[in-house]
Amino acid sequence: MSSILIIEQILNGLQFGVMLFLMAAGLTLIFGVMGLINLAHGSLYMVGAFAAAAVAGATGSFLLALVAALAAAALAGAIVEMVVIRRLYNAPHLDQVLATFALILIFSEGTRWVFGSFPLFLDIPDALSGPVTLPGGIEYPLYRLALIGIGLAVAVGLWALIERTRLGIQIRAGENDREMIAALGVDISKLYTLVFALGAALAGLAGALVGAIQSVQVGMGEPVLILAFVVIVIGGIGSVRGAFIGALLVGLTDTLGGVFLPELFKLFMDNGAAQKSGSALASMGIYVLMGLVLIWRPTGLFGARA
Amino acid sequence: MRLNEKYLNAAMIAGLLALPLWAVMADQPFTITLVTRAVILALAAVGLNIILGIGGMVSFGHAVFFGIGGYAMGILAYHAQTYTALDLGLLTTGGTKSMPVIWLVAMILSGLVAFFIGLLSLRTSGVYFIMITLAFGQMFFYFAISWAQYGGEDGLSIYVRNDFPGLNTLAPIQFYAICFTLLCVVLFLFARFQASPFGLALNAARQTPTRVETVGLNPMRLKLLAFVLSGAITGLAGALFADLNRFVSPTMFSWQLSGELIVLIIIGGVGRLMGPVIGACVFVALEHFLGELTDFWHVYLGVVLLCIVLFGRGGLIGLLTGKEGAHV
Repeated sequence: MSSILIIEQILNGLQFGVMLFLMAAGLTLIFGVMGLINLAHGSLYMVGAFAAAAVAGATGSFLLALVAALAAAALAGAIVEMVVIRRLYNAPHLDQVLATFALILIFSEGTRWVFGSFPLFLDIPDALSGPVTLPGGIEYPLYRLALIGIGLAVAVGLWALIERTRLGIQIRAGENDREMIAALGVDISKLYTLVFALGAALAGLAGALVGAIQSVQVGMGEPVLILAFVVIVIGGIGSVRGAFIGALLVGLTDTLGGVFLPELFKLFMDNGAAQKSGSALASMGIYVLMGLVLIWRPTGLFGARA
Repeated sequence: MRLNEKYLNAAMIAGLLALPLWAVMADQPFTITLVTRAVILALAAVGLNIILGIGGMVSFGHAVFFGIGGYAMGILAYHAQTYTALDLGLLTTGGTKSMPVIWLVAMILSGLVAFFIGLLSLRTSGVYFIMITLAFGQMFFYFAISWAQYGGEDGLSIYVRNDFPGLNTLAPIQFYAICFTLLCVVLFLFARFQASPFGLALNAARQTPTRVETVGLNPMRLKLLAFVLSGAITGLAGALFADLNRFVSPTMFSWQLSGELIVLIIIGGVGRLMGPVIGACVFVALEHFLGELTDFWHVYLGVVLLCIVLFGRGGLIGLLTGKEGAHV
């Protein structure tokens, strides 16, 4: 096991982590501000990926595809918020889970209806394809490096938005006391639609970016959604900082576990058995991590103390 | 029109008796299979209804127990059909094809797992509880996928349905009779449970945990015991479901299935004795008839669900009897 491999895997883990962060940030904001569990967040990820694939197929421009992904997901988010989600803010969690589960069914099958069951492909733009040589002689795909860059940039942008702008003040105030800021003259339902659309746009962006390294297909959102839930539960629901730390933890655990656990098991098992039990344990790894965090801190790393 | 819930329940049971009997006369074995499927899903959902309806715990990972029941059946029958030994460390068995033994194993195993999952996840509540149960479901799902010895992602096929003394289980109506009888037994127990001191205390723990504590009861212990009961019943349903399909695969652990079990209860009515039964029948009927009309029937299911959540509090039973469902 060389150090080059280790660094490569750490970069892969980071790349996975920052993409999870894009998903988890929206999810945790929506929960923090509106108190809503949105299972349909994965569908918005899928909408972004499909919009990007369709636009890239028609125009050939990756940049336009990203813009389309952001716009389509934000629009879908805003519409869903105004038609359905708005009625659920005061509903019990069970109703929220169910209604957004219903939305998943509608989005997934609707997309299958329009685009068919076959996966679409979204190509990596020429400018970002191919490997790049990092210091130390490590060859690493430029596109994945770009993903890490974009993810970190979004994280910084989101931090600035929340900490440094008027909208951010309203979002933070909305988390603390929604009656009060409504009383102070903030149009709360507009704020909610805006936050939901923002979360949706981030999910759509993640879908389009990841769509270029995986295939774009119906149902692509749900596995990521569940990982994003694990992320926000580890980080503490409602905390964007927690989502960032949680996303990196989950990304690294998942990637590194998949590579190193089988190797570790080979030290005291024969090869075949080690491969099997190692990879079995690795795919369970993040859930074990989540379990441990919750036992230690039942409201997550950065969650409000109950 | 307001129906009395008792008459509605009796009509439901009568329907579940009459429809398969008619299907036997009309020589429609597929209808029997459909009704069997509905009855087994109903059984699984009755299990979930204990903690969801009475206890107010939204478990989004009940597929775990369904899957454990399925795999208990799959593994035992697999060893019996291939004449290989199942080495459990302390004892070695050749597997079994006997349904009662399989049911017992399925219930004990899922009850045990429910105990440990409950012990950990009941420390949390609300959204965290939903999420942690979901995560446990995924853990088992991925474990089943990577468990190459028992088929991994492809699952396990069992060629002949397991045996029940005195019955020919391969005849659809006889297998249906087994499932229906089990459902009736469990429904009877559910009704007794709901009215028992334990059931009442659990109901109270959902509504006002603090008061339950002040009268000297331990809500955590109540909930844990209910969780174990609930898991064992869903596990039994899982074993039957695997026997119905003669196939187990990791999809029995999937989170969609956990979601569907919740959906069944909501369609019928949360915390109602027959809620899961009505829900399962409607669900299977929708799946079948809409599925015939269009490949995209999930869109319509989604719309129906949305309408139930947004407008129809209390599910179908609530709609028919004019009573609201339990608040979770």
